[in-house]
Amino acid sequence: METNIPLLEISGLRASIGGVEILKGIDLTINEGEIHAIMGRNGSGKTTTANVVMGHPDYEVDSGKVSLSGTDLLELESWERARAGVFLSFQYPQAVPGLQVGNFLRKSVSSILGEEFAKGTEFRNKLRDSIEELGIPRSFLSRYVNDGFSGGEKKRFEILQLMLLRPKLAILDETDSGLDIDGIKTVAAGVKASIEGSKSGALIITHYSRILEHVKPDKVHVLIGGEIVATGGYELAIELEERGYDWLKNDK
Amino acid sequence: MAINEEARDAVGDYKAGWHDPENSTIRFDFGLSEKVVRDISALKDEPEWMTEYRVKAYNHFKERPMPSWGNSELLKEIDFEKICYYLRSSKSTETDWEDVPDDIRNTFDRLGIPEAEQKWLSGVTAQYESEAVYHSIREDLESQGVIFLDMDNGLKSHPELVKKWFCSVVPLTDNKFAALNTAVWSGGSFIYVPKGVKVEMPVQAYFRINAKNMGQFERTLIIADEGSSIHYVEGCTAPTYSTDSLHSAVVELVALPGSHIRYSTIQNWSANVYNLVTKRGIAHENATIEWVDGNIGSKLTMKYPAVILKGEGAHAEVISVAYSGQGQHQDAGAKIHHLASNTTSKILSKSISKKGGRGSYRGLVKVSPKAENCKLNVVCDALILDEESRSDTYPTMEVSNPSARCEHEASVSKVSDDQIFYLMSRGHSEEEALAMIVNGFFEPFTKELPMEYAVELNQLMALEMEGSIG
Repeated sequence: METNIPLLEISGLRASIGGVEILKGIDLTINEGEIHAIMGRNGSGKTTTANVVMGHPDYEVDSGKVSLSGTDLLELESWERARAGVFLSFQYPQAVPGLQVGNFLRKSVSSILGEEFAKGTEFRNKLRDSIEELGIPRSFLSRYVNDGFSGGEKKRFEILQLMLLRPKLAILDETDSGLDIDGIKTVAAGVKASIEGSKSGALIITHYSRILEHVKPDKVHVLIGGEIVATGGYELAIELEERGYDWLKNDK
Repeated sequence: MAINEEARDAVGDYKAGWHDPENSTIRFDFGLSEKVVRDISALKDEPEWMTEYRVKAYNHFKERPMPSWGNSELLKEIDFEKICYYLRSSKSTETDWEDVPDDIRNTFDRLGIPEAEQKWLSGVTAQYESEAVYHSIREDLESQGVIFLDMDNGLKSHPELVKKWFCSVVPLTDNKFAALNTAVWSGGSFIYVPKGVKVEMPVQAYFRINAKNMGQFERTLIIADEGSSIHYVEGCTAPTYSTDSLHSAVVELVALPGSHIRYSTIQNWSANVYNLVTKRGIAHENATIEWVDGNIGSKLTMKYPAVILKGEGAHAEVISVAYSGQGQHQDAGAKIHHLASNTTSKILSKSISKKGGRGSYRGLVKVSPKAENCKLNVVCDALILDEESRSDTYPTMEVSNPSARCEHEASVSKVSDDQIFYLMSRGHSEEEALAMIVNGFFEPFTKELPMEYAVELNQLMALEMEGSIG
């Protein structure tokens, strides 16, 4: 190992929204090439963690550090974080009526990877291959961003963006929720394809072990009440699905 | 004294025809009177009947009270005595840009008009203050009998056509500002498209107010004969002054059976211009009239493009967007009268207000008792960008025939933090994100424009969004 700088390092992170503290001291380290999962009940702070790393303006970071390959993310606006290599697949992607998918993808690739990546045949081929892989019809490109999309279409569109934007760190916030088995397999394949053979990493937020079965995370963290209360391997995810979260709470 | 001495000399020569003092401009003194009206007519060496129209209209204007609706507070601030009603900066209307005076040509160069003309237009007229300074039409269209002139030359060359249709769509008593326009009109476009001729590329008119306290009163008349088609595009700008100018145009469209007129406007007046315009068309059997109307600039705009569906099977569309920024009020909308059976209409209105701007949709759709099986569809969407801004909707439908099928939808939305955050997470700055949302909102309008205009409008809106992030 020539370098020990982690891909994502979160330490002592406390964050609140509207004066209510949600995250109460999160420590989490993801190294290059690793996939981690966060599991936990609704309201435990999973989405808050994702939003704070991405830089949602509604959240206040009270203390702690978040860095990407040694760069302090908390100093950056969310668009700068995106350009630094953070990607968030949203639980509830927002519709932008009138903004064409194809146009939006080209603009986003241009902003994040650079103009030269957004033109020419290379981009077009990559786009064509990616939508084929995800089972998205070509006509999709002329629709408006998330406008009138079904739940499954929204999730696939998030993964399409992940594949085109090639981030260092991909955060997936319940991307598997509401998807059928084929959908979950597609998402898992998309995540793996974007990590494998690269120095990238991923943080998968989920309620279910099913997606993890396909992705095989290096670590699974359990979030309860804004704190990570347990960390383990994939087997922890299985145990959680069988036993629920109460036994962990009792441990605390 | 209504006009300066040079102009007086010129008008004095009325009977023998009109002479322009060499290399000079003509500027009338501020204020309006019957004399001003008669002087304008004399200066233009007009036929008697036109002078009479003007005087009648002037008398009506004098008696007619200000509208009590719309933004009556702002209307009250107009001082008709502090407006210059006629100003000419160029001797004649040229057909070669080289012959247009340098300073005026530079202005139009900067606005990109000669370039656009070369690339994709069938004809261009450029108006500076009161008169057209440049005019051209592609030869092939001319040889097919298409007439595209500025209104003054239209009246000179085709008095019979002008007399037949002038004020036939917008009577001089229609409203106070239409009366004012009829009294003091100058410039504008006159178009006649002969039977069956389809003009594929758009023709464009560009209106520029340059002087302070100027009144621009162009008058446009378009006649599309049976089975013909034309797309007319107009743009307008003015410099920003601390005092107000008035733009009060009248546009009349006559779509004879089976013809198609599309009239596209991108109005980008500076925020010191009152823009009070009457636009109306009559669609005969199976004819189509479309107004594509973009209101970006001005202090106060009151404009409701109208279509009278007079013949069976006629169709009307009014697609409009309005952007109201700081100190702006866009009171815009549409009016459709279904007079005949099997007529259809569609209104799509989109408005954005920002930084205390105010956008109002005011619409009227009427179906007369004798008109069977009409279809009408009205959609109004408003997007409000901050708490200080305002949007109102005043839709009216008067349907007097039960066979009509009416649809009406209205929505008001705000840009949410989550929407902005979503776009920012894809590498776009806050301003870029806002411009994407705004351009997306206007997209149903933008896609109706020729590509060159669509790009320009998007850039314009991106510019408007700059510095809008608090």
